[in-house]
Amino acid sequence: MELLSLSPPGWGGNLLRGLVNSLQIALGAFGLGLVIGLFGAYGKLYGGVVIRDLLGIYTTVIRAVPELVLILILYYVGTDLINQASEAMGYGRVEISGVVAGIWVLGVVQGAYSTEVLRGAIQAVPKGQIEAARAYGMPAFLVMRRVTIPAMMSFAVPGLANLWLIATKDTALLAIVGFSELTLETKQAAASTRAYFTFFLAAGALYLIVTLLSGVVFARIEKWARRGQPSLRAGQSR
Amino acid sequence: MEMGLDDRLGNGAGQNTADEAIKVTDLHKSFGTLEVLKGVSLTARKGDVVAIIGGSGSGKSTLLRCINFLETPSSGTITVSGEAVEMRADGSPANRRQIERIRTRLAMVFQAFNLWTHRTLLENVIEVPVYVLKTPRAEAIKKAKVLLDRVGLGDKAETFPSFLSGGQQQRAAIARALAVDPSVMLFDEPTSALDPELVGEVLTVIRDLAAEGRTMLLVTHEMKFAREVATHIIYLYEGRIEEHGPPDEVFGNPKSPRLQQFLKTVGW
Repeated sequence: MELLSLSPPGWGGNLLRGLVNSLQIALGAFGLGLVIGLFGAYGKLYGGVVIRDLLGIYTTVIRAVPELVLILILYYVGTDLINQASEAMGYGRVEISGVVAGIWVLGVVQGAYSTEVLRGAIQAVPKGQIEAARAYGMPAFLVMRRVTIPAMMSFAVPGLANLWLIATKDTALLAIVGFSELTLETKQAAASTRAYFTFFLAAGALYLIVTLLSGVVFARIEKWARRGQPSLRAGQSR
Repeated sequence: MEMGLDDRLGNGAGQNTADEAIKVTDLHKSFGTLEVLKGVSLTARKGDVVAIIGGSGSGKSTLLRCINFLETPSSGTITVSGEAVEMRADGSPANRRQIERIRTRLAMVFQAFNLWTHRTLLENVIEVPVYVLKTPRAEAIKKAKVLLDRVGLGDKAETFPSFLSGGQQQRAAIARALAVDPSVMLFDEPTSALDPELVGEVLTVIRDLAAEGRTMLLVTHEMKFAREVATHIIYLYEGRIEEHGPPDEVFGNPKSPRLQQFLKTVGW
């Protein structure tokens, strides 16, 4: 048990630092994915032919290629491109922060899935509600902010909760590019102490705690998003 | 003010236009190859209640929806309170801000109510005043409560639409329409989606609004009601105005065989 204590010689501190890194990346990637997803969904629904085709390629390619491969491609290609650009402009090679790279890579992946989740949710909003907003003179952005997004939330939340949980676990894939998130920290602790079982069990418990807490948060968000809709269970209101 | 029928349809030359709330001239609308409106002109002066009747597919809802550009007309002109809507060659509004501004003066009541289901009745009623017209929130709430009281829903202000009957939802939708102080109210078959026993409560509210001299365009299947509240009846047949005039003439002495047939079909 002392192997897990927070201060050396225990490795608990390392694991927690890894967890914080993982959560940071997951949050950032999920957020970036939502932004990409919102633009992507609107682009697919209302954009011109070119925009629709480009977004179609984006979501198809990203969802077709295994995430591990995408991470390798995006990570190395991304850092390479930035370095080339930096050298071309006369600066030296730049050190790219692992967190930023991780958010960028996973965010691009999440964005493709978010695009589809949000596109479906927007289409599920009754047309009349958007029409009413337009009929009363709301500009397009206000319609989106005050009507479409709140009204689609109840349709989007279950899918987005899935994406969030996938994001937390996809951070583990970043171990392959040497980023010190929870899984890599765990592997190092385990390898140094030979206590594989202890550390991977501990890491598993940490992932489980994140999932359970996320469940509580998303249940609240879903309750809020479903306000005004009768429960599907008989005999209950709100 | 007694007007010749041609004036009512916007064909009169040299008339005073100051009290024209809505003026539609030679409106055409096609969906693909299907021409739904084939040149409709009408004028509603302040205080007019114009009831638009006609069979299914006659273009009456399309006509109403073209007036606030929920549908893009194919050609023709539309003037609201003397202000002509700027249109492109394809009929779409050329000036987004202008059409948004004009829409805030044309309150629409829909067949399917179209209340925002994620907001309470009070929130539905204050939404446009607060977020579009920039009315101070406290003021908007005060006014919304008066309006909800007026349509008999004062005790439902905090309720969400899905928990109300169709009649209650439609009355709330009328309160939402009144909240913008509209210069013209557009009713698109406001009772067609209601159970028969709920129609009366909605018609009562509309009747009161007509009595206080509000300008309205009303697409309806309620012939008795149309005869009672309207100042003018327009009968649309296959995208054209087949017959029009004061209610007593149109219902009492229909001239067109098609209108006679239509009135017979609806059990007049």
